[in-house]
Amino acid sequence: MAEIVLDKITKRYPDGALAVSEVDLQIADGEFIILVGPSGCGKSTTLNMIAGLEDISEGELRIDGQRVNEKAPKDRDIAMVFQSYALYPHMSVRENMAFPLRLAKVDDATVQAKVNEAAEILDLVAHLDRKPGNLSGGQRQRVAMGRAIVRSPKAFLMDEPLSNLDAKLRVQMRTSVSKLQKQLGTTTVYVTHDQTEAMTLGDRVVVLRGGLVQQVGSPQFLYEQPANLFVAGFIGSPAMNFLPGTLENGALNTPLGTVTLSDRIRRLAEAANAPRELIAGIRPEHFEDAKLVEGKPGGSFTATVDVLESMGSDKYAYFTVEGETATTAELDELAADAGSTDVPASGSSIVTRLAASSGAVAGQPLDLWYDSDKIQLFDPASGKNLTYTE
Amino acid sequence: MSVDIDQVTDNTKPAPPARTTGRVPSGAGKKVKWALIDILVVAYALIPVLWILSLSFKTADGLNDKSFFPKEWTWKNYQDIFKTNEFVSALVNSIGIALISTIIAVVLGTMAAYAVARLDFPGKKALVGVSLLIAMFPQVSLVSPLFNIERNIGLFDTWPGLILPYITFALPLAIYTLSAFFREIPWELEKAAKMDGATPAQAFRKVIAPLAAPGVFTTAILVFIFCWNDFLFAISLTSTTSSRTVPAALSFFTGASQFEAPNGTISAAAVIITIPIILFVLFFQRRIVAGLTSGAVKG
Repeated sequence: MAEIVLDKITKRYPDGALAVSEVDLQIADGEFIILVGPSGCGKSTTLNMIAGLEDISEGELRIDGQRVNEKAPKDRDIAMVFQSYALYPHMSVRENMAFPLRLAKVDDATVQAKVNEAAEILDLVAHLDRKPGNLSGGQRQRVAMGRAIVRSPKAFLMDEPLSNLDAKLRVQMRTSVSKLQKQLGTTTVYVTHDQTEAMTLGDRVVVLRGGLVQQVGSPQFLYEQPANLFVAGFIGSPAMNFLPGTLENGALNTPLGTVTLSDRIRRLAEAANAPRELIAGIRPEHFEDAKLVEGKPGGSFTATVDVLESMGSDKYAYFTVEGETATTAELDELAADAGSTDVPASGSSIVTRLAASSGAVAGQPLDLWYDSDKIQLFDPASGKNLTYTE
Repeated sequence: MSVDIDQVTDNTKPAPPARTTGRVPSGAGKKVKWALIDILVVAYALIPVLWILSLSFKTADGLNDKSFFPKEWTWKNYQDIFKTNEFVSALVNSIGIALISTIIAVVLGTMAAYAVARLDFPGKKALVGVSLLIAMFPQVSLVSPLFNIERNIGLFDTWPGLILPYITFALPLAIYTLSAFFREIPWELEKAAKMDGATPAQAFRKVIAPLAAPGVFTTAILVFIFCWNDFLFAISLTSTTSSRTVPAALSFFTGASQFEAPNGTISAAAVIITIPIILFVLFFQRRIVAGLTSGAVKG
């Protein structure tokens, strides 16, 4: 167990490419922290620098107050779970899990006891004498976890440990990872590109983009108060809807029509010196079927439902709103990461989450309402959230 | 040459039935076709070996009787070659020189191949290029200079005098074969070992080396066969029984009189020197298990 401090950690490759730029992070003892971002954002590089598998170009890494920049991975006393599991195929599950203890020259009885204990926790007792080649994906993943927990390291580093599992197993393992971490109380740094994992697992989430930290905070805080367009677009599934807008006398004009902003939003926008042209962001759940809303302040519009997905508990309705689309570098990058760049779109496509009792029908027009107090405003030039409050 | 042929037949012989019966349910025609091809290949490879075996059991009078099977069986040829000190010491020399060369070449080759496969160091391309150059260099052109050098520095007609050139020519082969195997091993295993507390040396010894074992054994077989079969250096750089290996010693066999060709004893000796290779291959073949790394990483 340990506190890990990243003090202006920078990774610059010999060819000059900057992978990670001045990351400042204080990870408290026992904390579960998630590094999340699209591919190439520097999250794995950061993790490898903490592990000692990559050199730190600049800055200082401290574990329990001690500078460890120059220490070899084996002297840092941290364990890592790899995306590919990296199990030793020539060793049995038992030997795999005992390997770190054997290297540490722990006596035989203790090794057996610790391996059995870990196998108990991870439900691997029946498989201890099998080779990794004969295990299923989920079992291999658990062996990789077991190898990490046997020697009670100061911290766990996990590099997308669930991304090779199928969807159902991933959800199941996600809860086990979370439970395990709570049970052991070991500081954990977890890298993922999956925002759902980030939201569900972490005490705090660090959103990275292009080697720069975008925002650090609890999942809920990041969801409600994204610091900028990138975080707003990245966190949340389905993602936040973005529309270009103009702000005039406290009224916001978007392709959805004109809406009077709530006093709270108006004051925040004024305090932030909001420009006239901006980008408005509305989360899918802040839309509702207009018939189901009585007297709450907000905007309303009518649009034809393109696609309706009924999830049982709610309905997702997709619309296309004609007019200009919001485009910035951040949004383009998010679209590229989501793989949606090649979908031709005229106008902005809007995702809404409606109550199950909504009478929406695909192909039919529907009256919609959206909450004017939940609109977030972004500066198109800097991407900054103008309605952000601490 | 009989040695290579034996190795080939040894590998192919058990395989065809398994393949033909196991996987191809599409008609007997295909089976017959494959069986014919298999028989052809096996016969092509085995008949010369059987011919030599037959010769080695023939009496001196029966050598030229144009019969494939000996009309009169005899162990005399085998008794003769073991009666002379010449063959026995050549056998000892062959085994010793080939084993030592193989061990040194494989150990050096393993380290070099690991570096070539894993590390980025200045001059890597040059190293790979030079080793390829050595492999392609015509050995005949080196015989005279080597002969003179070895005579001057006292290596001529000694074990090291043969071991050194063998290592030189076996190393490129070893480096090439082994680096291909090392590239197959997921690098993450090494990172995992480091995270588990291993020093680079421990990571190599406990994780990488065991996984590279099939490659190491394959390479060892190839290098051993190369050293075992060499005639050019063996005949040029030796002069007495103190270092003459079997391929060279065979050419010094004489018949009962100088007008008689020693075909019987040569055949017997050829059969005898094939045995260590067969043993060597059989022993290591079990260890060359494909897919040893399966289960290491999801893939």
